[in-house]
Amino acid sequence: MNLLIKNGHILDPSQGIDSTGDIVIEAGRIKEIVLQPSAFSPGPSELKVIDATGLYVLPGLIDMHCHLREPGYSHKETIRTGTRAGLRGGFTTLCCMPNTEPVNDNETVTEFILRKAYAEGACYVYPIGAITKGQKGEELAEMGKMYEAGCVAFSDDGRPVMNSLIMRRALEYSKVFGVPVISHAEDVYLSEGGVMNEGKVSTRLGLRGIPKEAEEIMIARDIMLARLTGGRLHIAHVSTRGSVELIRRAKAEGINITAETCPHYFTLTEEAIGNYNTNAKVNPPLRTERDIEAIIEGLKDGTIDVIATDHAPHHRDEKLQEFDRAPFGISGLETCLSLSLRLVHEGYFTMKDLVSKLSFNPARILGISKGTLKQGMPAELVIVDINKELKVKAEEFISLGKNTPFDGWTLKGMVVMTICKGELYEYGNREK
Amino acid sequence: MKDLLGIRELKKEAIEDILKTASAFKDVLRRDIKKVPTLRGKTVVNLFFEPSTRTRTSFELAEKRMSMDVLNFSIPASSVVKGESLLDTIKTIESYEIDFMVIRHSSSGVPNLIAAHTKASVINAGDGINEHPTQALLDAFTIMEKKGRIEGLEVAIVGDIMHSRVARSNIYCLTRLGAKIRLIGPPTLIPAEFLSHEQIKVFYRMEEGLKDVDVIMMLRLQLERQGKGFFPTVGEYFKIWGLTKERLGLAKPDAIVMHPGPMNRGIEIASEVADGPQSVILEQVTNGIAIRMAVMYLLSPPQGGKS
Repeated sequence: MNLLIKNGHILDPSQGIDSTGDIVIEAGRIKEIVLQPSAFSPGPSELKVIDATGLYVLPGLIDMHCHLREPGYSHKETIRTGTRAGLRGGFTTLCCMPNTEPVNDNETVTEFILRKAYAEGACYVYPIGAITKGQKGEELAEMGKMYEAGCVAFSDDGRPVMNSLIMRRALEYSKVFGVPVISHAEDVYLSEGGVMNEGKVSTRLGLRGIPKEAEEIMIARDIMLARLTGGRLHIAHVSTRGSVELIRRAKAEGINITAETCPHYFTLTEEAIGNYNTNAKVNPPLRTERDIEAIIEGLKDGTIDVIATDHAPHHRDEKLQEFDRAPFGISGLETCLSLSLRLVHEGYFTMKDLVSKLSFNPARILGISKGTLKQGMPAELVIVDINKELKVKAEEFISLGKNTPFDGWTLKGMVVMTICKGELYEYGNREK
Repeated sequence: MKDLLGIRELKKEAIEDILKTASAFKDVLRRDIKKVPTLRGKTVVNLFFEPSTRTRTSFELAEKRMSMDVLNFSIPASSVVKGESLLDTIKTIESYEIDFMVIRHSSSGVPNLIAAHTKASVINAGDGINEHPTQALLDAFTIMEKKGRIEGLEVAIVGDIMHSRVARSNIYCLTRLGAKIRLIGPPTLIPAEFLSHEQIKVFYRMEEGLKDVDVIMMLRLQLERQGKGFFPTVGEYFKIWGLTKERLGLAKPDAIVMHPGPMNRGIEIASEVADGPQSVILEQVTNGIAIRMAVMYLLSPPQGGKS
């Protein structure tokens, strides 16, 4: 693939680039970046020219927290559909959580996912292995073998490691490989039976609540264990004000900790559940205005390093059930960037900050050579029109999971084009 | 109004309308022939996804008094076991051209989900820990009969407020009608949100909460809560929160005692109180039929007889 992307606003935190320029791609790799004002004109070669005037050109986004559902739950999502949904959302790299069937707690499953991704995936897939066998929280999984096979982090996501001793060992043992242990912070005794945030709305709807303390207590514990062990701790899907404060203090203390949140936690409150809308049922649950404010503040001051999707696709029939029975989760790949751009439009932070949280920081945390437009690297980039409006239509999602609470919303900013693995994907208003 | 999903969304006028209509139907129940042709030709399905004897029988009798054709489905043993989804069950039943669906389910919000997927009128007969609107209406009706008013009355609701749909519906209903509510029970069973409601006061001790109340509404204590950390044992529960004759003496002399049934004698209420002169528990049962007749009458479209 030979391309010339002309006159776009190139933004690459890995090289400190934030200005208008051209990018030349040759044989699927970045050959050259030419920054204005030197008017670059290609020779009489066979370059396809893309006019990116007025558009941003960014390194491909990296989602360090999603669920691709294979193996085991291909009615919810497949690697084929999930990676294409990712590309549409601007993601060229996806890290998939291990709560599959069977659980990705051994190298065979890791290899299966990687082979499948190589054969059918449209973008890059990095598996995250389970911390404990079967995600049961009882004994460590073979982290070393999974790391050798290609896992970039470890997590029992969907479940916490309730046993503090096992969590301590995980943080210690994983130091050999230098990869993060990702904590799904939830005290399952406190959250037992809960289906939404505990508070005004849960009382009103007669639904069992999950107190914010269920998350905060576990984050506090994991911070202490990270202090004890010096292990690499990453906190998944931060949803409360108290969590942000705990992480901020831990960072100030110099503890080896990073954190992520998801667009729904800085966009929606518990009120989104409305009349028992299961598409707003997610774990951790949607919280309150006060929490949203704190999460945005945490993103601003760097307490929260990453915006991840926690893309959790489910089949329509699974969400069309009794609220108690419907599974937790939001299909997030195709709305993440647009929802995050609101924070730029409303002046909370710059485009550069946004790209750091969606690409540069996840690459750094996971230690993968992605999220950069450096010369010689494979061309993985996304072209974004930050002003073009996107009308969210769940039915038109590429993801098999149509479970979004944002159906019908109009969002400002969308992906125009994604380039990955030598292919160019264009997204218009109604095209898929 | 198409459905009765809860009291929460009802205006004061709508509640009063139901109580007034129920009064007329109660007259019918006193007659020798206790049946009216009002809803003849209409079909109702009682869909009980959770076991119930009292509520189901009360609905069935009310439906028969209104001359409706009645179908009963008790689902836990049948379809759920076969793996049929809730909405498939509903669509199947709707194909029978049903006018009313009376729903009881262990998950909160199920009547709302069903109402959004059927043309039939949906009546909530109790969903999870959310609402039990006809129970609250019959309770209000009973208080009205006994006290002549609801506005300004002091009503104590005692027991497991947290998991009680009866309590929740009664709180919505009685506050809307102007009563002052006192919630009494262990702190583990009272949601914190009720601590800051202007018409609600929370008490942890019977001795404080029962003082000079007009109405005492006891809740059934679900025995499976024992050993889950809400309270240590039922014996201790009765010692602290059981309604005894002595404690009843703290209320106004003409206070009435209510219970939605079925009662746990010696656990939340002493027998001598349950069977005593201040108890109106059996009248609540009678009034339940009148209320359910009124609700179905008011929900049926004009050609069904409503002017």
